Amino acid sequence: MWWRSASFILDRQQNDAALRPDTSSTITPPPPTESSSAMGLPTDHNPNISAYYQTRAAHHAVVTSDWLAQAQAAAVVAHDPPQSTSTADPDKPFSVIDVFNNWRRQPDLAEAVAAIRALAAVIRSSQASTMMQLEIELKKASDSLKAWDTTSISLTAGCDLFMRYVTRTSALEYEDFNSAKSRLIERAEKFGEISYKSRKIIAMLSQEFIFDGCTILVHGFSRVVFEVLKLAAQNKKLFRVFCTEGRPDRTGLRLSNELAKLDVPVKLVIDSAVAYTMDEVDMVFVGADGVVESGGIINMMGTYQIALVANSMNKPVYVAAESYKFARLYPLDQKDLAPALRPIDFGVPIPSKVEVERSARDYTPPQYLTLLFTDLGVLTPSVVSDELIQLYL
Amino acid sequence: MDTRRAPRAVIDPKVRKVGFFAPPELSQSGLPDPISLPSSSLSPVMIPPPRHSSENLLHHARPLAPTVPGASSVSIEGSVVAGGSYGSSSELFPAPMSPASSSYSSSRFVGGGDGDYCLNGAAVASPGRGGGKAATSFPRGGFESPAVKASSVPASGLTTVSVVNDSSLGIRGREKADNGGGSALEAKDQATNSKQKKDKTTKAERRALQEAQRAAKAAAKAEGNKASGTVTSGTAKPAKAIKPPHKVDNSSVAVSEKKGCDRPPEKDRKKDVPQPRMQYDDESRVEKAKRRAVVKQTEARNRVELFRHLPQYEHGSLLPDLEAKFFQLDTVHPAVYKAGLQYLSGNISGSNARCIAMLQAFQDAIRDYRVPPEKTFVRDLTAKISSYVSFLIECRPLCISMGNAIKFLKTRIAKLPLTLSESESKASLHSDIERFINEKIILADKVIVKHAVTKIRDGDVLLTYGLSSAVEMILLHAHKLGKQFRVIIVDSRPQLRGKILLRRLVEKGLSCTYTQINALSYIMHEVTRVFLGASSVLSNGTVYSGVGTACVAMIAHSFRVPVLVCCEAYKFSERVQLDSICSNELGDPEVISKVLGREDVNYLDGWANTENLQLLNLIYDATPSDYISMIVTDYGMVPPTSVPVIVREYRREQLWI
Repeated sequence: MWWRSASFILDRQQNDAALRPDTSSTITPPPPTESSSAMGLPTDHNPNISAYYQTRAAHHAVVTSDWLAQAQAAAVVAHDPPQSTSTADPDKPFSVIDVFNNWRRQPDLAEAVAAIRALAAVIRSSQASTMMQLEIELKKASDSLKAWDTTSISLTAGCDLFMRYVTRTSALEYEDFNSAKSRLIERAEKFGEISYKSRKIIAMLSQEFIFDGCTILVHGFSRVVFEVLKLAAQNKKLFRVFCTEGRPDRTGLRLSNELAKLDVPVKLVIDSAVAYTMDEVDMVFVGADGVVESGGIINMMGTYQIALVANSMNKPVYVAAESYKFARLYPLDQKDLAPALRPIDFGVPIPSKVEVERSARDYTPPQYLTLLFTDLGVLTPSVVSDELIQLYL
Repeated sequence: MDTRRAPRAVIDPKVRKVGFFAPPELSQSGLPDPISLPSSSLSPVMIPPPRHSSENLLHHARPLAPTVPGASSVSIEGSVVAGGSYGSSSELFPAPMSPASSSYSSSRFVGGGDGDYCLNGAAVASPGRGGGKAATSFPRGGFESPAVKASSVPASGLTTVSVVNDSSLGIRGREKADNGGGSALEAKDQATNSKQKKDKTTKAERRALQEAQRAAKAAAKAEGNKASGTVTSGTAKPAKAIKPPHKVDNSSVAVSEKKGCDRPPEKDRKKDVPQPRMQYDDESRVEKAKRRAVVKQTEARNRVELFRHLPQYEHGSLLPDLEAKFFQLDTVHPAVYKAGLQYLSGNISGSNARCIAMLQAFQDAIRDYRVPPEKTFVRDLTAKISSYVSFLIECRPLCISMGNAIKFLKTRIAKLPLTLSESESKASLHSDIERFINEKIILADKVIVKHAVTKIRDGDVLLTYGLSSAVEMILLHAHKLGKQFRVIIVDSRPQLRGKILLRRLVEKGLSCTYTQINALSYIMHEVTRVFLGASSVLSNGTVYSGVGTACVAMIAHSFRVPVLVCCEAYKFSERVQLDSICSNELGDPEVISKVLGREDVNYLDGWANTENLQLLNLIYDATPSDYISMIVTDYGMVPPTSVPVIVREYRREQLWI
């Protein structure tokens, strides 16, 4: 099962080669390359595997040589999923999911941005002649997107946010339809920029909290956290970073690589050594896949236990998350989430009788978090719900 | 009343600032080079532009503290209030790590009101009883008047501090007056202050003061029967009269403006404000209340010391007495009378049912209402409703949901256009009440059910306590959806209302376990979710519900079982309560001394009047928000910390339309 994600990395290599020239600021969807349509993973969607985490792994994981080799082998094998040929058909009517998947493949594009661009594509291709029709079409598209990958919180949040914009903006009603439409598209185009900017804002806000001589524990690879650390390094702050390994896709390795390039002292820690190293740590910094209504976060597996350890040792846990990751979800416990499964490579064959916990994420309740750094400011967890109420009610 | 809140459908509502708007500073200048940014200076993007000049609230809240020297009985409360405003903000936003973010959070707290200054003020002031009145009865125009805009804009963090200082100064001043001690310097300071104030009062202001005093006196008289007593008379006027000297020039503008526009007089506005509760250990007031009372109440003799301030009557004689009076009580409409009797006898219980019964009785009463000659519809009807309400209170103390519904009705009456004819007004009120019942109770319950059902999974064991209409609907709906779950109904003496729920659920084929609250800790380990109803949810997230709820929530919490509280948003209250002592209801002590159907348990027979026996039958208790995982309301599933947000955002806008 697991080699599929690796084959996806092959696609990305080809995609990247093809896509480098046209930057992500234009909104034309990247042309689906041959290999991706023939064997692209997202179109060949397996409901048991979280597409979101597959994509993340593809973007941030460290690819080992044997993994790549297996992936190549898998790509060579004639592998034709039944529905993928039909989805890649050029005559086929416009599908928002395909567009989304094409956008999603871009490594530096946030998931929500991809979702909003996909919805913008819906607007562009729509035949609607009134605002109401357009709204209905958009609603359908966003519903299908959400249903397509229920594990991705930022996808859901991005869709909701854009729908909110469309339905809430009364300004649109006073203009004629075409200008309203172009206004929406323009907004969608700007969103990528906004997402980029909010990362910068968060990085600036968090500088206050990084003091000279501190030791920061980081879990997994998060673009925002990386941005924070990068800015701190540029500001000539002296600090040390402990990176967890981030099994199974080893996103921590990637982060340690990037930090080493910035001459930040980094120490790699295996995931199980968190409690061992916590004594030395001054603060924990994590990103978030989604921030839920209680003020807790949903993040890569392992965040919860790190937060628990940090809390019991009275170390602050800071979360860096853009405000478009705020989602109207309220999990009561770990099992209250839609399962997001992920293939795990143990290196050795696992007997079929042995069950494997393959969940890719966990939920950290708000009482274990100290502060959230968002582009709205530095918030305590309880403020998240206030913002969400103002946003969605 | 709602003009202060910007309409929701403005162009580019602030709402969308979340994802779509980069703060303007940053987008204009592009991305500043991070290195050039001094790390200590906070970028302007950090502090969002205040939605309104939030400092105004604090500026105007300031006169709260100076009420102190005026009325000594109010003074402590007033100053507590001002201090409390600071305390509550820090409670909402636990002290952040850096000074920068602390100023941010406090400014957000203040500005977060989104223009609802009055509401904010009330919420802030609610811990003190008299103080809330002072805050709300402050002239509303004042908050918006140009004078306000002229006020300088200090850092909000600073203003908060200054308010606190003010209040503490007030306390100090009073203490001095009391024991004649204190430093001479401070006393002098105060003296000069007051002199300045005196000098600077303009003619218009003095006149306004006089008028206010007169109105307040009249109001106090009128509300004497609500036992608001002396506290009210002292509140509003000193707040207006004695202002810090730097405010005087502004206030004259405000005063003249106030005279210009026709605002409802002091008296009317006072009625919006929750009345201070009657303290039943104050003998003179109890005497007064008794003289007015329709229902002859004999007070229970031996009350528990801690609960002396709550009314407690001998229940036995009440009902027959009231029934006998049916033909003498022509002031009370039969429908209201019926509702009152039903409350008294316990035929209608549960806050939703009681609220609906009351509203329907009022509907009938309004339908049969005729304006007496030489009276105006609005005023006379309001008085009428008030008399009905006091009748209902005599039958059984109101619950918070009923209080909110009454507030809604009175606001609707007050807002009736004068141009409407009598029948039109009545029709409009009728439909308003109908809509309130439909939207705020029935529809709200449906939405709550829809939300809560998503939290029930196959194989769950759900525990509920007592009888809650919302929880019952949730369980039945989940069963209808075919979810496989088991219900544990926990019950307690003396009401045993869980049996009603048990019967209804078993009839529908749910698999149930019934147990008493004594067995709770034994059964809790197999429970996966606890669903509780609530009589009210207070601003600090405290759940005010039938007695025993707190116990269930705490045990569930210690077993790490999520506790979901289901409560319609119309039951939310701006009040804050820290314990279940200061405001509660005492039931009939008889019922706990006797056990129904057990003749052999007669140890307490005839002991009711024994000097050293005190029976306590509490009806409600307060569950701290720490033990509650989630509140399911018609606005979605929210954490208990968000209750004030919902109260702030929706109370004025939708409930009091």
